[in-house]
Order: sequence, then structure tokens, then C-alpha cells
Amino acid sequence: MSIKFLDPTYKRNITDFTYAPRLESFKDSVVAIISNGKRGTVPFFDCLETELKERHQVAEVVRIIKSNYSTPVDSLLLNDAERWNAMISGIGD
Amino acid sequence: MDEDNDNLFAAQIYEADSYDAVQERCHSSRWTDGLPIIPPTPDLVRKFLAEALIPSHHLVGVEPVRERAITAEQLAINAVMAGCVARHFPIVVAAFTAMLQDKFVLHGATSSTGGCAILVVINGPAVQFLGIDPTFNVLGSSDRATTCVGRAIRLSLQNILDVRPGEADRSTLGHPGKISFCMGEDEGNTSWLPLAQDRGIPSNTSAVTVFAAGSPRQIMNEWTTNPEEILDTYVSEIKASMLNYSIHSGDWAIVIPPQLRAHFEHAGWDKRQIREYVKKNAWVMRKDWASCGKRAVIANQGERKYFALKSIDDLLVIAAGGPAGGFGAVIPPWFGKTSRATTMAIGACVDCEI
Repeated sequence: MSIKFLDPTYKRNITDFTYAPRLESFKDSVVAIISNGKRGTVPFFDCLETELKERHQVAEVVRIIKSNYSTPVDSLLLNDAERWNAMISGIGD
Repeated sequence: MDEDNDNLFAAQIYEADSYDAVQERCHSSRWTDGLPIIPPTPDLVRKFLAEALIPSHHLVGVEPVRERAITAEQLAINAVMAGCVARHFPIVVAAFTAMLQDKFVLHGATSSTGGCAILVVINGPAVQFLGIDPTFNVLGSSDRATTCVGRAIRLSLQNILDVRPGEADRSTLGHPGKISFCMGEDEGNTSWLPLAQDRGIPSNTSAVTVFAAGSPRQIMNEWTTNPEEILDTYVSEIKASMLNYSIHSGDWAIVIPPQLRAHFEHAGWDKRQIREYVKKNAWVMRKDWASCGKRAVIANQGERKYFALKSIDDLLVIAAGGPAGGFGAVIPPWFGKTSRATTMAIGACVDCEI
């Protein structure tokens, strides 16, 4: 007996997905850091900002804080994104 | 089996040579909750979609964080797996439609370390039509429909949004409601307005309310008939949860079974009066944290007062439970008002083109 059954999972279509250009160096770049707004991220990102500026000669670090840690970044906060050379996100607590 | 019709599915179709092989394939792929599933055959999935009168590609909603468009076909596959029968499926679609409204914040509610589950409360004619039993053991698999619908919600989250333990589900503990957390309201056995009607749904309309819910906390007070005193027991449990878990206001649910309900109804209390009393009395001071080991975070804000409810509308009062026993339940929110309870009529179409 053969049983046919359907795959229950989500399958993403990634054919139109491309990575942003990689940076050769951080020197003189503008880097945005997106925080989910949790209090514990503040000292972590403070430290990261210092490292980026002192060790990697980043020209400017833009700090973005989401209004809700469980939703995407408000689109208004991304208005300036074209000016950024890189963006760092992805921290939880 | 109709090969041409099978090609209309977006999902990949597999073949296995036995029922056991389907089970093992699904378990080993992490497509189950550990319990056996019903193989989601093309015929069964078609039957579910037909019952809900929606095509397979019908867009139920988009989860914005993971950028996933959720279709009726995906939900139908998971509802079959959960053991639903076709007539349960419109409930699953309505619940997911509600969960995908912005204010529900589905990603946070299902991925948080806080470990809540999605409670689904069913109101209206669907309760009787589906054979839902809102009485004995109402919070723990009281009947086939609620058990299977609740499980369908969980399997759909797992398989469509990767909400599996250790993947998108980062719960530290979780709770048993994550297997299935669904109930009907005992509308036929109370003079109170049904929950859905209280939340704006017309009378005699089937609806679901979804709520990002912590684990239920059972209370008991069989030593009074006074409504205020009964509610003081509920309020005491809410305060304990505020201090021990989250102090921030949000939506809360309370379940009131018949024995306690009789005292309210005898005294002429309706749900609104209950909500007003709880709103007024369920509050704690920040300095109360000293009583439960959280002195370190009182800081200089000890006199700050925190209410469980910002508005009386934030309390979901649910009439349900077995006939005997002065018990009740308080169901806390996942985390304050981060996610808001959402009510949706069954069969309603959101953002449909007319």
C-alpha cells in the first residue's frame, strides 16, 4: 500500500533573494546597530560601538531602537538606511 | 486519487509504503509534537478546504517578522495531521486569521522565552455544532473538537513558522497548553453575554478569541457566596502572578465555573460588574516585590502602583467548567500588553477585495 501525503512545512522561494554587497573594510563607513529595545542590549551595543570606532575606524555608528522587540523595525526608522554601509541586528536579551 | 488535482497543491507530495512509514517520516522531520499524526493526504486536505469554502492558495495572513505568507493549504495540511475533521477547519482558519492581526504580535508570543501558549476560546453556534463540551475538564482536553483545533494551531506554528522547541520557540519552560489550548464557552448555561459578543461580535455568530496565555492558575473558594469575596480570591491570584511573573498590565482571562457563577448570577452580577471589580482591585505596589525575593529591582520606585488591567475591557471573563466545585482559573497574559487578545468571527475575511 502506498500513501501519498503533503509536506506540512513552509518552503521559502529564495530565487529573488540576493545578499547586499560585502564590505572590504569598516574604515570610514557608517554602521547602523538595531536594538530590539531590551535594556540589557544597551551596554552590549555601547561596547560594540566603541570597538567599531576604535578598532575598525568606523566613521559613524547609528543607533536604532525598535519600538516593540517582537515586531519588525518601524519603516520610518529605516528611511536613512541608504546612507548606511552596514547594519547589525539580531540580538535577543 | 486524482493526479491532476494533486498538482494544484503548492506543497510537495511524498509517498510512503505504509502508515508507520508516514509516522516515522513526520517524527524524524520534526513535523509532529511527538504524538502520532493523521497522514495529510491530498484527498483529506481538499476536503478540509472545501468545508471552509476557500481555495488552497487563499492568503490567511502574513507573519511580518519571518516574512511568511500563510495560506489555507498549509493550515489544512496541519489541521489534518492534528486529527481535526473537516468541520473543525474553519475554526483553525479563523484562529490563525486573528493571530496574524498586528496587535497579536504572533512572532513574539510564540518565540519568547516567556513560554506562553495560544489559548483559543470558541463562542456561538459552533460550540454546539462541533460537539464542544465547555463543562468538565474544560482546560484539559474536554472534547475532540477543542483538543484537535488546539493541536492544529500548534502544529501549524511548528511547521509553517518553525516554532519548534529550540528553533523559533525559545521558551525556557513552556507549559502543557502548548500541546493544545482551546475551549468553548458554556453559553447555554449562563445569563451572561458570551465573550465574543462582549468583544463586539454580533449575537448568534460563531467566533474565536485568541489570547497569548501563560499557564492557568487554579483558585478555590467554597466558603462564601459573596461576589466580592469570590473575586478577591481571583484578584489575589492575579496579584501573585503580577509579583512573581510580570508586573505590567495586559489582558487577563478568568474562568468561572457554574458553582461560583451561580453566586454572581443570584446576586445579579454580570460580566461588566466583574470586570469593574477586578480592574479596581487587582493592583500591586512595586515595593511588594520585597515579599517575593525581588527587592533588588524596587529601586526608588517602591510607591509606584501597577494595575493588572488598563481598562475593564482587558479582562476576558469566560463562563466554563464542570458543574461541581468552587474552583476557578486565572490565565495570565504572556507579557503585559505586548500581545493583545483578538476576536474574530468564524468565516470572516480580513482585507478581502469586495
